[in-house]
Amino acid sequence: METDQTKVISVLVENKPGVLHGVANLFRRRNFNIESITVGQSENSDTSRMTITVKGDEKTLEQVVKQLAKLIDVLKVEELEPGHFVMRELALIKVNVPTTKDRSDIINCVEVFRGRIIDVSTDSLTVEITGTPDKLDAFLKLMHTTGVIELARTGITALARGAKTVRIDE
Amino acid sequence: MTKMSGAKVLIESLEQQNVEVIFGILGGAILPVYDVLCGNEKIRHILARHEQGAAHAAEGYARASGRVGVCMATSGPGATNLVTGIANAYLDSSPIIAITGQVPSTGVNSSYMIGKDAFQEADIIGITTPITKHNYQPRAIAEIQPMVNAAFYIASSGRQGPVLIDMPKNIQSDTAEVEMGLTEKIEARGYKPAMTPDLTKIGKAADLLAEAVYPMILAGGGVISANASDELMQMSDLLTAPVATTFMGKGAFPEGHPLSVGCIGMHGNPAANRLIGEADVLLAVGTRFSDRATANLDTFAPNAKKIHVDIDAAELGKNIEVDVPIVGDAKISLKLLHATTMKKLPSMKISMWSKRIKETKEQLSPLLKDRPKDLVPKALLVELRKLLPADAIVTTEVGQNQMWSALYFQALKPRTFISSGGLGTMGFGFPAAIGAKVACPDRPVVDIAGDGSFLMTEQELACSVAEKIPVIVIVLNNSVLGMVAQWQRMLYNRRYMAVNLGKTPDFVKLAEAYGAQGVRVNSIEDFQKAVKTALTSNVTTVIDVPIGSEQDVVPFVPPGCGLPQQRGDY
Repeated sequence: METDQTKVISVLVENKPGVLHGVANLFRRRNFNIESITVGQSENSDTSRMTITVKGDEKTLEQVVKQLAKLIDVLKVEELEPGHFVMRELALIKVNVPTTKDRSDIINCVEVFRGRIIDVSTDSLTVEITGTPDKLDAFLKLMHTTGVIELARTGITALARGAKTVRIDE
Repeated sequence: MTKMSGAKVLIESLEQQNVEVIFGILGGAILPVYDVLCGNEKIRHILARHEQGAAHAAEGYARASGRVGVCMATSGPGATNLVTGIANAYLDSSPIIAITGQVPSTGVNSSYMIGKDAFQEADIIGITTPITKHNYQPRAIAEIQPMVNAAFYIASSGRQGPVLIDMPKNIQSDTAEVEMGLTEKIEARGYKPAMTPDLTKIGKAADLLAEAVYPMILAGGGVISANASDELMQMSDLLTAPVATTFMGKGAFPEGHPLSVGCIGMHGNPAANRLIGEADVLLAVGTRFSDRATANLDTFAPNAKKIHVDIDAAELGKNIEVDVPIVGDAKISLKLLHATTMKKLPSMKISMWSKRIKETKEQLSPLLKDRPKDLVPKALLVELRKLLPADAIVTTEVGQNQMWSALYFQALKPRTFISSGGLGTMGFGFPAAIGAKVACPDRPVVDIAGDGSFLMTEQELACSVAEKIPVIVIVLNNSVLGMVAQWQRMLYNRRYMAVNLGKTPDFVKLAEAYGAQGVRVNSIEDFQKAVKTALTSNVTTVIDVPIGSEQDVVPFVPPGCGLPQQRGDY
């Protein structure tokens, strides 16, 4: 039994309607698991960059890359090499603050994690925090002591480090 | 620049692609296109009687001719009726274009628009995304021609497959100033099929082949798509390697050849299944190692180093681990492999392999075993081969008729055996035969059918009669859904459920009701006579052949077992 790994794949696609549907459909049809997917415009207005986190064994992950490459609207697919890329995820967390002490504890935590408080009400705070998924997980664990009311995580977005790029060769 | 309607641009774009025939059924949302087709002398429209028939006919046309087949339907139910045909073409990698009408994308009547659940609206783009190589929905007239060009290029290159173009009605009927560009200009920058293989890999494969003592070749449908049969023959000659095909590869190598061992697989030729277990190097070309071909992978070619050539990189390593994966076109790759291997081959190579191949065939090949004289499928199909010229085209339905054809009907040339291999679509054979006959009007086309399958698309008799497309349908009539009945007999302790067709229609009368000819045969002599008459007829003939309802396709590999566990007396 091969062990499952998590991989981050950077995909350049045509910035056209229906492309996200094609990619999502492929994952469902081929029985691949998406951990997260983020999409937005790339350095060119006519292409979008998707960052997809997938979980699976080596063979499945190879198929993910190959099957994605077959889609006509996919221009480039590359697995980001572990340790050689930067990634960030953003989370918005609305936390319960029943007492003044809780409030100051949370404000301290947010400072340590270099987050920001972006909304305040009488019994809740909304925190914005950016970082690797591990950092977000660690922060969330602390927040659970007073209670998380709502959580929105974006999923990770990533780029290869330094001179290495995932671009269309013109 | 000329002012043209979108419908006109579409038809002119199809003309530029040298489309000579469209199989289709019209309806409200595709009317502007049919209006342009009215009086068109370059494109023949063949009215199918169900859209599924139109799609299968387009595929039959494509597979017989090697050209792109085109089918057309209206929005909603017209489009969804194409779906089985499109899925079939997708799994068998056949180049077809499906054109569908769609409700308008914009317009004055806002409730009759895409996304409003308008009358006869179906999201055919969403529906066909997993079963097409690509699909398009133009939102401006200027987009139509580039999309048609790209669609034909995508369908017919690389690993071939279906492409759908969904035409919103307003895009068909509106007019705009357009310039018809060249067909060579393709706007699909994300699509670059790899044709030429990596030469290092070719070298590695040639090393293995040159050293092989028991080399064997497995040819799939990709060899036929790439028109690589000559190259396959040269490779086999060079190595004195037996050639097995997959079911989809049937016809890639002449089955009468001493080195042909027939199809491998669940219902394959036992000689092929035996020899593949003895091979020390297996060269597999244009195959995806489907489960029906390999059976249990643990015992599939266990002694062989494997070389896998396929144009679809994703097929390499998908179903089976191989020693040398090669991405490339079958024709180009085989040519290079032949030249490279020839240089490395020892000049004197003495091998017992040829003798072993001959012995195994004599011992196991169903066709070399005794020939029954009764009216049984084997006798019929052996007789049929004798009655038909080598270039006659045979299609099949799905089930026992199909597997008997695989075992007992020898395909002698590529593109002469057309069947639904991947999807296993009952009802495929008859409309596919109509399409094949349109592509090759001077050659006989025969659909080997079962009574169950034929009933799924028999209404195309109306199409074949009205459009004067004479084909021959041989109904192996056992009054049961034979293959599933066989499984219930063998694997479910004869608990028959929902397989008995009871009193099937009188196929002679059915044919006559449509204006076709019908004949029932009760002996081999009757059968010979009926086929001979049908071959000279200018109208479709249905030959009804009553066969026993408990005949099995044997031998077979039970589900989950490996090729060596093929069993059953035959």
